[in-house]
Amino acid sequence: MLSILGKVLIGVGLGFDLLGCLGLVRLPDVYNRLQAATKCVTLGTCSILLGVFFYSGMATGTGIKALLCILFLVLTAPVAAHAISKGAHNGGLRMWKGSVTDEYLEDTGKGEGEGEGAAT
Amino acid sequence: MRAARWALGGVVLLAVLALIIFRTYPVEFLENVSDSDFAARALYIVLLSALLCLFRIARGPTSADRIMAIDILGILIVGFCAIMAAVTDTGWYLDIGIAWALQSFIASLAFSKYLERRRFDA
Repeated sequence: MLSILGKVLIGVGLGFDLLGCLGLVRLPDVYNRLQAATKCVTLGTCSILLGVFFYSGMATGTGIKALLCILFLVLTAPVAAHAISKGAHNGGLRMWKGSVTDEYLEDTGKGEGEGEGAAT
Repeated sequence: MRAARWALGGVVLLAVLALIIFRTYPVEFLENVSDSDFAARALYIVLLSALLCLFRIARGPTSADRIMAIDILGILIVGFCAIMAAVTDTGWYLDIGIAWALQSFIASLAFSKYLERRRFDA
């Protein structure tokens, strides 16, 4: 029973991973790609690790390490994504030309300089 | 032209997914693994996602794209190590996963500082 539950959770996580990486290829801009890929892949990998926790029996060493890894990923992945997007914006990388608003630029005035230009 | 490219990409992706899921794997495909069919399918789907990440690393127009794709590739490798730990019942694969997540986090922070400073160099 626990093995079947673990397999279902691992399958859901694999679906999230694949869709997140599809967004990484398909979306037009650094910030769009960062949002899609980071959220989907972090949730998918946490689901895989929870599935591993159930699949390998709950109180074994592998299960406890999987829970520790979930905690670590949830703490670090959003911080890394936020740091990358802030660095790219402060470095002058423009947003996609179809973007509606840029409130960070309006509030702080950072990121107006010459950058590499946005992807088309 | 654009619709043709979308249709081509979708057909190729669905064909590879169908090949991974509906193929019959031989019994001795992975040694010392309980439930070899499920393990082979799961590992191949993670490798397909990593291939899409490698496409973005190779083709990404700016350096921020490449850095972000390396970060995502690190998270995918943690998932790969977790599946290997589950199906082979050896716990130290997850140690590799935890260490890789730590290194990937530190590398992402360092690269983001590099991105922020490069305006002053130019």
